[in-house]
Amino acid sequence: MTTMTDPPKASFQLSMLIYDTRYRSYTFQFIALALLIALMAFLGINLIKNLAEQGQDISYSFLGEPAGYDINQRPIEYDSQSSHMRASVVGMINTLIVAFLGCITATIFGVTAGILRLSPNWLVRKLMAIYVEAFRNVPVLIWILIIFTIMTAVLPAPNAFRGDNATSSMFLNSVAFTNRGVYIPTPIWGPGSMVVVLTFLASVFGVFYYRHYATKLLYDTGKLLPTGWPSLAILVVPTLLMFFILGRPIALDYPALKGFNFQGGLHIRGSLIALWFALAIYTGAFIAENVRAGIQAVSKGQTEAAASLGLRPKRIMNLVILPQALRVIIPPLISQYLNLTKNSSLAIAVGYMDLTGTLGGITLNQTGRAIEAILLLMLFYLTISLAISAVMNVYNNSMKLKER
Amino acid sequence: MVQEHFAFVRSDMLPEAPPPAAETGIVKWLRENLFSSTANGILTVVSVLVVYQIVTSAAPWFFNGVWDSPSLTACREILDGKTGGCFAVLSERWNQLLFGFKYPSELYWRPGLAFVLLFIAAAPLLFGNIFPRKMLIFTGLYPFIAFWLIWGGPVSTPVFALLGVLFGAFVYTKMVKTSAGIAVVVSFVAALVFWIVSGYLSGPFANVMALEAIPSRDMGGFMINLMLGVICVSLSIPLGILLALGRQSSMPIIKWICVVFIEFIRGVPLITLLFVANVVLAYFLPPGTNFDLILRVIIMITMFSSAYIAEVIRGGLAALPRGQYEAGDSLGLDYAQSMQLIILPQALKISIPGIVNVAVGLFKDTTLVSVISMFDIVGMIRGPILSSAEWNGVYWELFGFAVVLFFITCYGISQYSQWLERQLQTEHR
Repeated sequence: MTTMTDPPKASFQLSMLIYDTRYRSYTFQFIALALLIALMAFLGINLIKNLAEQGQDISYSFLGEPAGYDINQRPIEYDSQSSHMRASVVGMINTLIVAFLGCITATIFGVTAGILRLSPNWLVRKLMAIYVEAFRNVPVLIWILIIFTIMTAVLPAPNAFRGDNATSSMFLNSVAFTNRGVYIPTPIWGPGSMVVVLTFLASVFGVFYYRHYATKLLYDTGKLLPTGWPSLAILVVPTLLMFFILGRPIALDYPALKGFNFQGGLHIRGSLIALWFALAIYTGAFIAENVRAGIQAVSKGQTEAAASLGLRPKRIMNLVILPQALRVIIPPLISQYLNLTKNSSLAIAVGYMDLTGTLGGITLNQTGRAIEAILLLMLFYLTISLAISAVMNVYNNSMKLKER
Repeated sequence: MVQEHFAFVRSDMLPEAPPPAAETGIVKWLRENLFSSTANGILTVVSVLVVYQIVTSAAPWFFNGVWDSPSLTACREILDGKTGGCFAVLSERWNQLLFGFKYPSELYWRPGLAFVLLFIAAAPLLFGNIFPRKMLIFTGLYPFIAFWLIWGGPVSTPVFALLGVLFGAFVYTKMVKTSAGIAVVVSFVAALVFWIVSGYLSGPFANVMALEAIPSRDMGGFMINLMLGVICVSLSIPLGILLALGRQSSMPIIKWICVVFIEFIRGVPLITLLFVANVVLAYFLPPGTNFDLILRVIIMITMFSSAYIAEVIRGGLAALPRGQYEAGDSLGLDYAQSMQLIILPQALKISIPGIVNVAVGLFKDTTLVSVISMFDIVGMIRGPILSSAEWNGVYWELFGFAVVLFFITCYGISQYSQWLERQLQTEHR
């Protein structure tokens, strides 16, 4: 016969810190913490010694001093007398501009290529496979440099547009591709243009409302309203009507050759275009693979089930495949956006003045404040990444399959 | 009889009629794959036109290419107005593109040999079932041989380094019975002590089998990309495993150290880390220490890729069913044993495609070192070659060469990983 007794309560001994699994984790954590503190102290003491030796200190006052350099792309007011802080803000905005443009274009390229890779057309499928493999397997820096070379060395100089027998002409008489950048028309906002813009915004809401209504009607009554043409009509007709009623308040300012260069219109620099398109095409190739994988992840039975319910191919895509595929596609898509934003720091290779070019480039070199500048630079990118991952987590939680 | 009422009865089989012309061979294939609908037909025609345009404009450039000429102007004279590539820049400067412009040309055989040996060393790792396991001994020796070949110097340096590793491993096998964690720490310290002691002993061996020493600032070209890629990936896999295990750990302090490290590294672009290697790292080292830029870059890139690999391996660990962990516990294995024997083999197998993706991405990212003025292949093209008087303006041939080199390497690696995935597919589908 066995009797159960409480195990003898051993009093705590020092050896238990190594041999008893209950206490061993404390030992390890204590060692890890001690090592970490030692490492930090080592680095910190070295830093203080090195700074003292060179007569430097850690100070952010340089941000208030005049920068003294020019930035070629200024979304906000800036001149060389502005502070380093202002220069960094300009750089920050330039980073966000190229990241925003790049993400939109990359999505367009990627979704198109990803869907075409599943096309029944053999030739198109192969061409898209070549696109994806060619761009995924070559460094983005090389693509940026190649497109930059096209922008600066292949496109004609502005004086090629001059004279009666000019060797180059403007595309559609309104866009000029030159080796100094691309010039596109800009709108001139006349009196009353605000009304047109507001009308347009209202029609955008109108489209959303109409689509919402159509879906609700479909679910409630089974009645199917057309959405394609009506949406387009709601979007375009009121705006156009308003535009003509008010006597065309919005005109276009066309670029024109004056002196040695083009004047008027919007000047997009070659460096921006190189960075934008290289990032978009490169990231697009990755997005294409995500889109393809997402669509293929929806099992074939879903398509067949929808078809046996009598849905037509387009509706199968919209109502059955896409909602399920998006669940798979969107998380990697967002991390591709994140990669694109981080890769935009390669701007420094083509002289696009983003944050790496201003704060991490010229400001750093002029002031010699390497530690402070790089710390701020890292903080900026870290903030963006953490913000995007937070958004992604919220999305993932809301999209999580509600299982039993 | 009944039969007599019929005018005709067929008694033998008709020969099989051929299928309709539109349903056989190439016509059927064309119909199904290229012209299955109007939209597809239009797509096909457009694609054919695009391909035709590209081929007709690129073909003369390739076929008229000039492979032998001293400079761009001479090349243009030979071409005489025709379209054609000046591939002479490649035959003239291939050595700079591959090895950098300072590596002594009579010593090219050394990195070349190291590159060839890399394949022999990697073979038993990559194709474990084809090559004998004994070859793994060579794989273990390879890092020391390659170091000696590429950097040169007395043979004693890599030999003592190797002996230090062996000593550490010996200590580990003696200690592992007590506790795996303590064994790791103690063996590491033992190896470190051995290296420091051997540093004092190596004096007399300074001229034994000494190869001419090449400082790392003399290296460049594609060699740098390959070196950084291979070294950083192989160093970051063990680090990544440790970080991933640390992130999964139940000990909060260790877990948070790993989480902060991983999230910080993944949140910043590699370029900022390279800036750190270039200008900031020196501030954090004891005054007077001054080690190579290339070593600093290796440290930063290894940290960068180990964070990414850690996330991939964490995915693999998370994908294992809970039962596997419990199985290890119920067999009475301790943490180190159950990780080594049960969890990691399975988790690493799931993570292989992800690790290869990180490796390919990292190899491509090694071109970023050109931004901190190291002369890797992109740095060579943009710096010494395009700014030289002879070859100023030869863009496409040079960029094309770089594209081809990277494409071959990266496409090869990704094809290998797909093959390996099929090999490791053990479940029946």
